[in-house]
Amino acid sequence: MSFPWAKQYAPQNPLMQWVDEKLPLPRLVYNAIGAGYPVPRNLNYMYNFGVLAGFCLVLQIVTGVILAMHYAANAQVAFDSTEHIMRDVNWGWLMRYAHANGASAFFVVVYLHIFRGFYYGSYKAPREMIWLLGVVIFLLMMATAFMGYVLPWGQMSFWGAKVITGLFGAIPVVGEPLQIWLLGGFAPDNAALNRFFSLHFLLPFVIAGVVILHIWALHIPGSTNPTGVEVKSESDTVPFHPYYTAKDGFGLGVFLILYCAFVFFMPNALGHPDNYIPANPLSTPAHIVPEWYFWPFYAILRAFTADFFFIPAKLMGVLAMFGAILVWFFLPWLDKSPVRSSTYRPMYKVFFWILIVDMAFLFWLGGAAAEEPYVMMSQIATAYYFAHFLIILPLVSAMERPKPLPFSITEAVLGDKAK
Amino acid sequence: MFNLRTSGLAVLIGLFFVVAVLWAFVNGAGTVIGQGYLKEETAEHAFHKHPREIHLASDGLFGHFDRQQVQRGYQVYKEVCSACHSLRHVAFRDLGKLGYSEGQVKAEAAAWQVPGVDPNTGEASMRPALPTDYFPSPYPNNVAAAAANNNAIPPDLSLITKARHDGKNYVYSLLTGYQEVPEELRERFPDSVPSGTLHFNPYFANLNLAMAPPLSDGQLTYADGTEATLDQMAQDVAAFLVWTAEPTLEKRNQTGWPVLGFLLFATILAYLAYRNIWADKKGH
Repeated sequence: MSFPWAKQYAPQNPLMQWVDEKLPLPRLVYNAIGAGYPVPRNLNYMYNFGVLAGFCLVLQIVTGVILAMHYAANAQVAFDSTEHIMRDVNWGWLMRYAHANGASAFFVVVYLHIFRGFYYGSYKAPREMIWLLGVVIFLLMMATAFMGYVLPWGQMSFWGAKVITGLFGAIPVVGEPLQIWLLGGFAPDNAALNRFFSLHFLLPFVIAGVVILHIWALHIPGSTNPTGVEVKSESDTVPFHPYYTAKDGFGLGVFLILYCAFVFFMPNALGHPDNYIPANPLSTPAHIVPEWYFWPFYAILRAFTADFFFIPAKLMGVLAMFGAILVWFFLPWLDKSPVRSSTYRPMYKVFFWILIVDMAFLFWLGGAAAEEPYVMMSQIATAYYFAHFLIILPLVSAMERPKPLPFSITEAVLGDKAK
Repeated sequence: MFNLRTSGLAVLIGLFFVVAVLWAFVNGAGTVIGQGYLKEETAEHAFHKHPREIHLASDGLFGHFDRQQVQRGYQVYKEVCSACHSLRHVAFRDLGKLGYSEGQVKAEAAAWQVPGVDPNTGEASMRPALPTDYFPSPYPNNVAAAAANNNAIPPDLSLITKARHDGKNYVYSLLTGYQEVPEELRERFPDSVPSGTLHFNPYFANLNLAMAPPLSDGQLTYADGTEATLDQMAQDVAAFLVWTAEPTLEKRNQTGWPVLGFLLFATILAYLAYRNIWADKKGH
């Protein structure tokens, strides 16, 4: 698509020629993920995670559709139907564990995919649109995962739904009616469970649609690469197939080994025991915690414990939690450095790693109890999180003196041999 | 389009969040300085214990069910636990997977009465259970369960080892963990001393358990001749409840190994293919 030296689709088989004339779908695939898509030759393993995220989406849709054939979205029987899947449906236990751990796997690879973007400046011009669509996908994933966790109708399902929809209650004036409208009642019950199931089934296909836009936008400028230097000539690239299909194939194998180790040998390690207790509106669990992939943002939500002038603490926490993700939308304009890759940005590189440590710290705090000293720690970590994106990043990109960039990708890969 | 002004705006928004969260921090710090950092210790904090560990055949990467032990555990459930605790996710037919023959399963089921309909009059009645029936609850409803147990509803046991942290160890420790109330507890936390119908058990979250010690040495006679000590029965019933919580555990472990073996082989092939395809590229 993007480079003049890209190979053209030229089917030899008369049937494929006939199809290509009528509907050039094979041509589209060839240009998107086949030999017709030239990709920088120096992509490292951090660039595997986009394909892996796509794989996870397909995995979740396949296992999810099968689970939906046996699951009953009714507050009276939802818990029992989940156990029916675990016990009586042939290979039902495998489908459910594959789906539950698949959600975790999806978030693991997407977090790594996002951090890759942070480190190599993938969000910078001309790739802002790819980044914006990526953040949209992440938000949709969070909504989908939250609603999916409600479906087994265990204790954490119920109380998680209550806490998260309660966040909307913090909005001034319209908050309470909005919360009641979202739940279809005063507390999570059949109406909420049914609409969550409906949306949980719908949203993955919306995600698939945005993924197509994400990949479409990617194919306009082509992939970035660890040097951050744009492609200049044919020697800077290799065709996606077979070079990156082979590399992604190996990455997929490693991913599947780790994933299956969880599915078959520690399927409940990432879950919470309380969700094997049927939902009980009259009994509040001692600690209500969301799934692990929400912990950094949950820590930010809980960090705001004092009213700030006229803004109530709860509303401030909700603003900050959503703000913590929405700030990613503005990343392409907050980071003004013309240099993409951290490899050539000595100052930014340090702050990148501090951010990773800060987010890991927030992750740990989000899973901890809401008591001192954890709350004070999460306040410091939250302050740093916002400072990183909104204060440090604009300043660093103005002050920093980047290292000299290589002339081209080929030079960076081959060194003197290119001359 | 985006210039210094946007930077200024970003810094202002950033400062808004940073100042708001630091304001909360200062408030919290003020409280800590005002009231002292150390919280008052609770009885739960001082006396609650982590479960003691037992080893079962179902543990680990090659976990399987010791059928003889699980059968003994079933006997303990049937003769003791089932008086108060239901097992609603387990059907009598499932016992077939524990090594009981079809005839034995039918006989086991027939020993239980389940709600049915009189075939002649159509009125509600009780009938002997069939293998397709699920274990019946000892109480008609939660109100009856609470009324018979000092307002503490005995939890269903089907999933108990998955629904508690460290499930099998928890079950074993709870059953064997009843103690006299420690003198120290009486002195320091008189409010937490179990009163009336409650029993002190350091493995229970709030230390005061409504269930009276259910097992004692020699309480039953095992069909397989094993000596029925308290410790033995507690381990056996824990093994049984691991099975009821996940009867597919064995199949899961058995399936996992060939899957991992295949993936390892396929990944090695994928790696070799990758190296082969890239042989003419890069500097290496």
